[in-house]
Amino acid sequence: MKAMLLGFLAIIVIAIGASNILGTLGYSSSDRYSGAAVRN
Amino acid sequence: MLRMALALVLMLTLAPAGFAQESTPDTTAEIDRSATGGAQTLEDILARQAGQKLDDSFRSGAVGDPDNAAGIASQLGTLGGVSDAETWRALRYGSANVKVSAGGDVATVLVQDGGMRWHEFRDTTLRTYGGWLLIGTLVALLVFYVLHGRIKIDDGRTGRTVTRFKAIERFGHWLLAGSFIVLGLTGLLVLFGRVFLVPLFGKDANAFLLVWSKWVHNNVAWAFILGLVMIFVMWVVHNIPNRTDLHWLRKGGGILFGHDHPPAKKFNAGQKMIFWSVILFGGSIALTGVSLLFPFDLPLFAKSFHMLNATGLLQMIGMGELPVQLAPQEEMQLAQAWHAILAFVLMAIVFAHIYIGSVGMEGAYDAMGTGEVDEAWAEQHHSIWLEEYKAAERDTNGNAAKTAAE
Repeated sequence: MKAMLLGFLAIIVIAIGASNILGTLGYSSSDRYSGAAVRN
Repeated sequence: MLRMALALVLMLTLAPAGFAQESTPDTTAEIDRSATGGAQTLEDILARQAGQKLDDSFRSGAVGDPDNAAGIASQLGTLGGVSDAETWRALRYGSANVKVSAGGDVATVLVQDGGMRWHEFRDTTLRTYGGWLLIGTLVALLVFYVLHGRIKIDDGRTGRTVTRFKAIERFGHWLLAGSFIVLGLTGLLVLFGRVFLVPLFGKDANAFLLVWSKWVHNNVAWAFILGLVMIFVMWVVHNIPNRTDLHWLRKGGGILFGHDHPPAKKFNAGQKMIFWSVILFGGSIALTGVSLLFPFDLPLFAKSFHMLNATGLLQMIGMGELPVQLAPQEEMQLAQAWHAILAFVLMAIVFAHIYIGSVGMEGAYDAMGTGEVDEAWAEQHHSIWLEEYKAAERDTNGNAAKTAAE
């Protein structure tokens, strides 16, 4: 039972962590596809 | 049975071919277009409306030629060799030389009518067949339960238990299972929200749910991928098919027909099928999911189609060649379609897995609940594994006693 709860807790921790990391990377943001960095 | 399983995997692997083949020309119908000067005729339009496949090369290739422009001093000499209609055709069929100042390759695609086919597929075929697959599976499981009832431990519980799964195995399983359920639910909300939730709760409530579903889906996906890697590493060695599986399948696992429970190692053939479905389908879902998370950065299908064409398998079964020139948007459309198709198939498989691991079989849940299963359950469903477990335990106890005596 403890393993199951830890598994579920890990899902929440990973999701929040992933959101922070991906947010920092600026993934899927408008800047990524139309900002100055991608002008050619 | 193994051959059937292989055929199923092959069919599912080749399934996107049908989706990608929608633009495949049908060369059997020759239409006389002299009356329209080569442009499409009423027959073309009616055939398209009837859902028939048309050879579009008569217009995809009609994009003009600057070299044919009249000389500067001739009549119409300043108009060039390409008409407006020809320019639009070139844009539509991706042969126009488009230059953009921002956005890269994606932005050079100004017209992409494959989006309409994808949209129609998602809104009709995917929802209909996917939805009915899930409902059909639940009904089939209910009927199975009504007919067969719960699979009991034949001789009752002994009260003695053996450790079936260690804590780390159960952690990996629940990480995968929990994330899969969350991903399944949020995926279904995204696909069906507009159809079922908007009429009940209105657009605002649906939009709120969609925003959260998208956030949850995009971020919980990483937990699913980690769980997938964990169970693969921990269990792959126990899931390699062997002769015991053939015997187990012939007996229907002692579940489908008769009550003679065939011997099995740590995992029986049914569990191995679940394992490989989760690994292969889940892996493919994860791959396409990551491709969708980073739009246009990880194109998968043109390369996969190229490899599939090279095997010659599709040509052998009369499906022709798959397109290997795909616009970035087409890659995304195919990734979404494939992601969703496999997700529906895997959800149906997981329904059966959840059923047999909970209400369907007495004692089965303990394996993933506490990790300890009753010896009678283990003897009934995994007799070879139990023998090996006891032999290993005897060895350990023997060695410990020897060490203590010394």
